[in-house]
Amino acid sequence: MELFATVFAMTYQFGDAFAFLVISCAGLAVIFGMMGIINLAHGEFIMCGAYVTAATARAGLPLPLAILCGALVAGIVGMAIERTVVRHLYHRPLDSIIATWGISLIATQGMLIVLGSTMQGIGTPLGSITVGERSYSAYRLVLMAVAIGLLLGLYLLFYHTRFGVIARATIQRPQMARALGVDTRRIYGLTFGLGAALAGLAGGLYAPTMTMVPTMGATFIVESFVTVVVGGADIFVGAAPAAAILAVIKASMTAWYGQLFGQIGLLVAVIVVIRVLPGGLSAWLKRSKQ
Amino acid sequence: MTHRLRLGALAAAVAGGTALLAAGPLAAQDGPIKIGVLEDQSGDFAAATNVKVNAIRLAADEINEGGGIAGRPIELVIYDTQSDNRRYQEFMRRVLQQDQVDVVFAGFSSASREAYRPIVNQFDGLAFYNNQYEGGVCDANMIVTGAVPEQQFSTLIPWMMETYGPNAYTLAADYNFGQISAEWVRQIVEENGGTMVGEEFIPLGVSQFSQSIQNIQGSDADFVVTLLVGAAQASYYEQAAAADVGLPMASSVNVGQGYEHKRFTPPSLASMYVTTNYIEEIDTPESQAFVEKFRAAFPDEPYINQEAANSYIAMNLYKQLVERAGTTEHDALRGIIAEGDVCFDGPSGGVCLDPKSQHMSHTIFLAKVEDDHSISFPKVWENIAPYWLGDSGCDLTQNDPSAQYTPSSPPPAN
Repeated sequence: MELFATVFAMTYQFGDAFAFLVISCAGLAVIFGMMGIINLAHGEFIMCGAYVTAATARAGLPLPLAILCGALVAGIVGMAIERTVVRHLYHRPLDSIIATWGISLIATQGMLIVLGSTMQGIGTPLGSITVGERSYSAYRLVLMAVAIGLLLGLYLLFYHTRFGVIARATIQRPQMARALGVDTRRIYGLTFGLGAALAGLAGGLYAPTMTMVPTMGATFIVESFVTVVVGGADIFVGAAPAAAILAVIKASMTAWYGQLFGQIGLLVAVIVVIRVLPGGLSAWLKRSKQ
Repeated sequence: MTHRLRLGALAAAVAGGTALLAAGPLAAQDGPIKIGVLEDQSGDFAAATNVKVNAIRLAADEINEGGGIAGRPIELVIYDTQSDNRRYQEFMRRVLQQDQVDVVFAGFSSASREAYRPIVNQFDGLAFYNNQYEGGVCDANMIVTGAVPEQQFSTLIPWMMETYGPNAYTLAADYNFGQISAEWVRQIVEENGGTMVGEEFIPLGVSQFSQSIQNIQGSDADFVVTLLVGAAQASYYEQAAAADVGLPMASSVNVGQGYEHKRFTPPSLASMYVTTNYIEEIDTPESQAFVEKFRAAFPDEPYINQEAANSYIAMNLYKQLVERAGTTEHDALRGIIAEGDVCFDGPSGGVCLDPKSQHMSHTIFLAKVEDDHSISFPKVWENIAPYWLGDSGCDLTQNDPSAQYTPSSPPPAN
C-alpha cells in the first residue's frame, strides 16, 4: 500500500506536468509547429478562452459547456484576426511577430481597462480523492485524460479526415493544393482558427484552477513553446513524446530540487535538443524509421 | 497712431517681462507641490496596487479642497510602472530630473523598491514606500509607512504556533521579499521552540503547484506560511483547496493586499490568518468613514486594502511635515521627523513615525478568513512600534547608511 501510494504520487506529478504541457502546447503546435506562424498573441487566445469560460460558467452554464464556449469564442476571434491581420503577413515572418505582439498588448491592456485587474474565479469542481496519506484534486486527473484525448483527437482529425488531408496539403504545397482546386485561403483561416480554439480550450480547462488576470496567458507561453520546439516540425509525431520527456524532467527536477530547478531543467532540455536534434524529436524519429 | 500703438505694446511687454521676472522665484514657493506617483497600474501586481493610486488621488483632492499644503495645491505626476523594475528606474529618473517633483510615492514589490532606491539616493530625493515589506531599510531618503516583520510576524507566528502547533512550512516567492521574510519566520519559529518542517521558494510567475502541495502533505506541518506574491502565484490557494490540503495558513501579504478572499470561490481561503494594519472589513468608525468616502469617490474600486490606507496616511503625513517645516526641503522635513511626534489619526487608528528608522507604528489586526470568506478578527495588537531597526543600531538622526539589513546581516556594531 505504501509503495502504491508513492508510485501513485509520482505518476500523478508526471501526469499533471504532462497534461499541462500537452494542453498548453496544442494550439501553438498547430499555429507555430504546423503553419509556421510566430504568433505572440497566443497567450491572449488562452486568456480569452479562460475569461469566456469563467463568465459563462458564472452565468449558470455547466462547466464543460462553458469550456467549449471559451474554445469556440477564442476560435472565432482567431479566425477574425487571421482574416484581418495575419493573412497579409504569411510571407513576412518578422512583420507578423510585430503585428501579433501589438495584438497581444492591445488585448491585455484592453482587458485591464474594460474588466479591471482581476476577475472572480469559478472554483475547482469535483473535490478531491485520497490515496494513502495524501489527497489529490480529482479535476486534475480529468485534465490528464483530456490531454490524452486531445492528442488522439488531433491525430484522427489531421490523418483520418478529409479536412486534415487538405489542411496538410495546403500547408506543405500551397501551389499544388490550389492547382487541385483547394480554396487555400479558407483552409489557412480554418486551421488558424482551430489553433486559436485549442488555445482557448487550454484557457478554459485551466480557468477553474487559476487566478483570472489579463496577463494569465503568459504563464503558459514558456511551456508551450518549449514543447513545440522539442517536438519539431511534425507535431503529431513529436508533441506526445516531447511532452512526455519534458514532463519527466520537470516533475523529477521539481520533486528533488524545487520549482526553480524544474524550470531550469525544462529550458536546459530545449537547449540540448536544439543543439543535438535541430529538427526536433519528430525529425529524429522519422529518420530512424527509414 | 501706429507709433503710439507700438510704444504702448513695448511698454506692456516690458511691464509683463518685469512681472514675469518678479514672479519667477516666487513660483517655487507659491506654485503647486508636485508629488510623483510610481505604482503598478498594469502587469502582475496591478490587482493590489491600482487602489493605491486612487487613495493618493483621494487624499490629494481632500487636501486641495481644504486649501492645499500650506496654501499650495498638490499636483500629482502619475506614471504606470507596469510591474516592471526597469520602468521604476526610468520613471524615478524622470520624476526627479525632468518633472522636478518634491516627493515621490513609489513601489509595490521589494524588488522594485531596491531597483529605484539607489536613484533616489543619487539625486537626494525623498520617497515614501507605502507597502508592507520584509523590513530593514535604513535610508534617510526613504519614509516607510507599511508594516514590517516585528509588526506582522512577531505577532502572527507565535499566535499560530500556540493555536495550531509548533511545525511550520513556508511557501515563499523567490526574490528578496520572500527570502528575507522566510528568514524572519524561521528565526521566530525557532525562538519559540518550533520546527521548520519545510521551506520552498517559488519563482515569480509560477502558477502550477502540484508538487509543492504534495510536499506539504508529506510533511508534519501544523500550518503553512504563504508568502506568495503576484497574480500567478495566487493560483496556489485554489489548487491547494482542490487537493484538500486542509491546513491553516498564515501570511503577511494575502487578503490585506490582493483580496484573495474576494477573488476566489469559498472555501479555498478558509482558515487563512493575516496580520494587517488595515483592510476594509475593519469595523471601527474611522475605518467605516474611510471606506464610505473612498467608495463615494471611486465607486468601482474592488477592494480597499492596507496599502490604500498607508498611501492615504502617507499623503497626510507629508502635508503635516511640510506645514510644520514651512518648506519642502528634505533636511528640514527630517528635522521635524526627528522631533518624534509626527503622528496621524487615520483609517487604521493612530500612527506615528519613528525618527530612528523613519518607519511607522501600527495597530495590527489578525484577520481570519472564515469558510464563507467573510473576515473575523480574533485578536488585535495595539500600537506596535517598528523597533527592530532602531534596537539593532540604525539611527537616521545620526547617520545615513542607505542600506537594507536582515536578521543575518544586522547593522554593524559601532
